[in-house]
Amino acid sequence: MSTESAISGVNPNVDTSRRRFLTLAASGMGVIGGAAVVWPILASLRPSAKAQAAGAPIAIDLAVIEPGQKFTTTWRGKAIWVVRRTPEMVASLTKVTGELVDPDSASSKQPEYTQNAARAIKPDISVLIANCTHLGCIPTYRPDHPAPDVAANWEGGFYCPCHGSKFDLAGRVYKGSPAPVNLSIPPYRFASDSQIVVGEDPSAA
Amino acid sequence: MGIVANPYKTTGFMGWIDDRFPATKMWRDHLSEYYAPKNFNFWYYFGSLALLVLVNQLVTGIVLTMHYKPGAETAFDSVEYIMRDVEWGWLIRYMHSTGASAFFIVVFLHMYRGLLYGSYQKPRELIWIFGSLIFLVLMAEAFCGYVLPWGNMSYWGAQVIINLFGTIPVIGPDMVVWIQGDYSPADATLNRLFSLHVIALPFVLVGLVLAHIIALHEVGSNNPDGVEIKKYKDANGIPLDGIPFHPYYTVKDIVGVVVFLMIFCALIFWAPDGGGYFLEKPNFIPASNISTPEHITPAWYFGSFYAILRATPPLFGSALPGVIAMFGAVLVIFFVPWLDRSPVKSIRYRGPYYKIALALFTLAFIALSYYGMQPPSDFGTLISRIGMAVYFAFFLLMPIYTKLDSYKTVPERVTHEAH
Repeated sequence: MSTESAISGVNPNVDTSRRRFLTLAASGMGVIGGAAVVWPILASLRPSAKAQAAGAPIAIDLAVIEPGQKFTTTWRGKAIWVVRRTPEMVASLTKVTGELVDPDSASSKQPEYTQNAARAIKPDISVLIANCTHLGCIPTYRPDHPAPDVAANWEGGFYCPCHGSKFDLAGRVYKGSPAPVNLSIPPYRFASDSQIVVGEDPSAA
Repeated sequence: MGIVANPYKTTGFMGWIDDRFPATKMWRDHLSEYYAPKNFNFWYYFGSLALLVLVNQLVTGIVLTMHYKPGAETAFDSVEYIMRDVEWGWLIRYMHSTGASAFFIVVFLHMYRGLLYGSYQKPRELIWIFGSLIFLVLMAEAFCGYVLPWGNMSYWGAQVIINLFGTIPVIGPDMVVWIQGDYSPADATLNRLFSLHVIALPFVLVGLVLAHIIALHEVGSNNPDGVEIKKYKDANGIPLDGIPFHPYYTVKDIVGVVVFLMIFCALIFWAPDGGGYFLEKPNFIPASNISTPEHITPAWYFGSFYAILRATPPLFGSALPGVIAMFGAVLVIFFVPWLDRSPVKSIRYRGPYYKIALALFTLAFIALSYYGMQPPSDFGTLISRIGMAVYFAFFLLMPIYTKLDSYKTVPERVTHEAH
């Protein structure tokens, strides 16, 4: 290399296509390597094996629940309600149909075997995920009626204290509530007449 | 002396430094020879106050982290431990919790100053964008910090805010589980919010604050008249209406700091919970996943955005429109430099349309903030919907009313009487 070209910084013998290939190959590997590192970081945020194990099915004894009473437990960190509905409570469900957003639960979340008039396998036992479908608050159980502080013609149900959503005794949302759909129902099955298992479908028996 | 002598002709120790690091250059560029308009008024205190509160949050936050134990089992107790057993722990925690509210008061007033004097207009658009990003990160930072005591309001606040992502079609529910690291807000959730609160977001925040100030010092400060002081310079190239930031504005800002600290300390010592607005009563109860506080209300500084969330009716069985409206209310702020078509900057030379629009916006923002903190009611929803309409109209109709508005002639030089 002559002194002149060293000072001017121009080397007439540079193979530019070779340089371009090396630059592309190096930056390409950089991008692939970067993406390969990002994946474990993002995946590490998913529920750990411990958290997944804690989400196993639970058994609930129905004998302790009196007619009209609401029993609360938790499954996967969510509050689960089991209400033993009286015949009057079951009868109230048909009275309020006209005031509901989704009376047939067409756009709500529940297992197929509970998409019926009572939203239950057996009409007297109602199982619901207690989180309001608006933003996850826990509604208050208001089986009493009339209850003018909730609504003029209240037939009993659930009232969300956060943003005022109203649900009937099958967790179906009233028109004019911020909650878009009915309360969700978890998968559950009857292990016997007095015991249900939340987290398993009937076919899993 | 270095290979090439530094141009500041400093000698001795500073000379040695300046040959290797631009210490004197930075001091001059940003303080002793940064020329700010001489007509700054009351509204110009809040930038330096925001910096003061940021330092307060960093220092008290570092100390709190030394005593706080993240984790669903330990968080609540460790906060009580700080309050009762750590020497001066109560003071440090109240400085931090009151500091969060002070941060938002100061930042809201700082942003409002921008709306009054058109501080976002050309060539200061990037300053405004950096500022808007700071506001966004500050909201995330405040939310994460709010969850850390793991009181019942922390828990349910986290539940509500994280579930906002659940409204995104298709991927929403899985995304919520991914964000939480569990099927409901749990230990994993608290720990990751702690990590974001003490490491990730402060890094981003400080970086954005530096970018905000560097951009400001590149183009120079606006002022209440909205005239460019760089237009008229003396023989040395110094703006005729400019004065060095140091000592003139450092001293002026100390006055602001003293008044601010009087109010700040009064709150810390006499009303540290801010009447339930700074620290909410249900947050003195440990988190419980089966009992919701009677009214879930956000911290006061989120009231306006929360009111917008609540007031938006659901569409096709989805709460997504409310979430979009809420985030849209923050996002629209970024576009102000391009929404405003006014030929003048300052409200002093604007016509009636902008003045009315800004007045209505101010009322709407206050009303939204108030009703966002109230239990849901039909009247509150009605007011929130009106407030929301005004809020968005202020921004989205800005290109129209600022174009139709009448304007006064802007003076060539700043109007300022020495006193």
